[in-house]
Amino acid sequence: MSRQESSTNEGRKFKRGDEDEDDEEDGKGREAWERTYADERSWESLQEDESGLLRPIDNKTLYHAQYRRRLRTSTTTRIQKGLIRYLYIVIDLSRAAGETDYKPSRMVVVARQVEAFIREFFDQNPLSQIGLLTLKDGVANSLTDLGGSPESHIKALMGKLTSSGDASLQNGLDLVHSHLNQMPTYGHREVLILYSSLNTCDPSDIMETIQKCKASKIRCSVIGLSAELYICKYLCQETGGSYYVAVDEHHLKELVFEHAPPPPAIAEFAIANLIKMGFPQRAAEGVISICSCHKEAKVGGGYTCPRCKARICDLPTECQICGLTLVSSPHLARSYHHLFPITPFDDVAPSVSSDPRYLAKNCFGCQQTLLNPGNMPGSRVCCPKCKQYFCLDCDIYIHESLHNCPGCESFRHSKSNGTVEG
Amino acid sequence: MTPVSSKLYTDDVSLLVVLIDTNPFFWNSVKSNLPFSKFISHVLAFLNSILLVNQQNQVVVLATGHNSCDYVFDSSVAQSQNQRAEHLLQKLEEFVDKDESLCREESVDGQGFSLLSGSLSMALCYIQRVFRSGPLHPHPRILCLHGSPDGPGQYVAIMNSIFSAQRSMVPIDACVIGTQHSAFLQQASYITGGVYLKPQLLDGLFQYLSTVFATDLHSRAFLQLPKPAGVDFRASCFCHKNTIDMGYICSVCLSIFCKHQKKCSTCGSVFGQAQAQDSSTPPNPNPKRKTPMDA
Ligand SMILES: [Zn+2]
Ligand SMILES: [Zn+2]
Ligand SMILES: [Zn+2]
Ligand SMILES: [Zn+2]
Ligand SMILES: [Zn+2]
Ligand SMILES: [Zn+2]
Repeated sequence: MSRQESSTNEGRKFKRGDEDEDDEEDGKGREAWERTYADERSWESLQEDESGLLRPIDNKTLYHAQYRRRLRTSTTTRIQKGLIRYLYIVIDLSRAAGETDYKPSRMVVVARQVEAFIREFFDQNPLSQIGLLTLKDGVANSLTDLGGSPESHIKALMGKLTSSGDASLQNGLDLVHSHLNQMPTYGHREVLILYSSLNTCDPSDIMETIQKCKASKIRCSVIGLSAELYICKYLCQETGGSYYVAVDEHHLKELVFEHAPPPPAIAEFAIANLIKMGFPQRAAEGVISICSCHKEAKVGGGYTCPRCKARICDLPTECQICGLTLVSSPHLARSYHHLFPITPFDDVAPSVSSDPRYLAKNCFGCQQTLLNPGNMPGSRVCCPKCKQYFCLDCDIYIHESLHNCPGCESFRHSKSNGTVEG
Repeated sequence: MTPVSSKLYTDDVSLLVVLIDTNPFFWNSVKSNLPFSKFISHVLAFLNSILLVNQQNQVVVLATGHNSCDYVFDSSVAQSQNQRAEHLLQKLEEFVDKDESLCREESVDGQGFSLLSGSLSMALCYIQRVFRSGPLHPHPRILCLHGSPDGPGQYVAIMNSIFSAQRSMVPIDACVIGTQHSAFLQQASYITGGVYLKPQLLDGLFQYLSTVFATDLHSRAFLQLPKPAGVDFRASCFCHKNTIDMGYICSVCLSIFCKHQKKCSTCGSVFGQAQAQDSSTPPNPNPKRKTPMDA
């Protein structure tokens, strides 16, 4: 299955594609000329029929059936996700993080996974913010404040990779608590701790700190790199988080990435709220202006606050002058297809479609012929709303990437319209 | 599809999908400036030049109508070279007549705009088919020759198309021939890495088309193409389909509303009263968060 998907173009070419990123590693180790053959796998698309002749396998219907199964399981319960999250990532940089059971060392592996995670996180949670914290020499240090720009976090993280001393879970939680407690209540407050040590070296009673976090509705999760610790397990149980110990790098990646999709919005944890936001316009390239965030004159780029007209360098942010939350509207729009999913298309039974006069010859989307060799109607699907016919490939593309029905979008009176294209 | 794997595509072979705005309401309003017939003759010359510059180039033309969208031309379908233009014109005329005949009822959602979301979706389906045809295929791009104002009701559908084009790395170019800028097309070119242009003098349309939009994607990197004169990032509210630059966002599903609501009409969440409705004046503003991150 994954083989076919890698030869359809989308998955491989575009790494940020959220739906289809099955196997990017697949073709990496090969030479370019080898890849052409390996990707095509022409020998696999042949099968022998009863008389011993070679003929192409009808893969399409197979993949289509698989896609149908995916569609059935995924269309329900997509809504109601708390999409505004405030997440602190706490990285243990104590002596234990220097150990080399992970190659080249635990902290390098952790940093690598956190980097990938930060990018994925902002793709899936456009309005959320991340902050970074390190545990080292018995104290907790704030690496970055909560913010929405992936690059600044990654830069800060990569600059500080040395390990020493002990880790203090309590100091870390205290610092996180002091930051997160000030965040608005409509957001989810979360902590993700990547813990290498087998002990914690705390100044006072950590149980009190855990209760404090629980009271502030901070969901704490821990991913251990060595062995299970009772105190971590207790922390996660009390605050509703998850606790796992990674066995190897691959497992670690899986565990970290489990925190990227938004958690279900439990009313207890976040209150639904209506937030006032502005959608700034991007200024023309080459225009010189002074930004309000760095107080510097800059050429080109930049956005203008719609309320006070101040210039800002980057989105999302809060206007320095009037305090309005500013976001880029396409950032919000990325998740809208979850809100307005298009109805699954109906299979058209071959028996119904036996009258060739009555049926469209071409797929409405891509114009591919819908006739099998011999002018017999081939497999096709039909949109229940606009009654247009589509090929199976378009069906998959429309539901998994495009999220628009071309038929419904291209008729103004789609309800009363049952036209069949000739 | 023709057996493409047998052809040798180099990196400068293009598949150009052109979306022509045929909205009669728009063309009536600009009659004096650039009549439709003159516009089409500019476009035909441009399409011919694309096909002549490299014989493997492929051109597909879609008509974006007021009530419908359809394919009107595909250069990969066998036809004699001399009759290309006649073929296109004939299909276009049929399309315009049909589009007009669909226009009996008074439309509810205003009539100024054309169905750009439909033709964009169809173009992307066509491009996916070319991607499926094998590892070697011409490099696709979309060119919107658009004049009608944006239809705010198409906001979600157009954004969906833009993101799908971005994921497939298909640039959307836009040449706006109307009087106003198009916020949809500005965002489309900005997000997909295409070129957005609003020509000053429509008499020279062919010149604009051939200097800005004719080069293949590979050669584009070496050109000084027009820089975007700003991008209009305004969105449409879900309640009235108004275009707004400030609004209220549901924290659960991110729906946009132009006015304050008690309950989200999209996801049904009831909004808590505990917080002040306007996040711009929080009850206890935290001075620490206001300092820039890298200061
Ligand atoms: Zn600045
Ligand atoms: Zn402002
Ligand atoms: Zn199709
Ligand atoms: Zn439909
Ligand atoms: Zn509204
Ligand atoms: Zn909502």
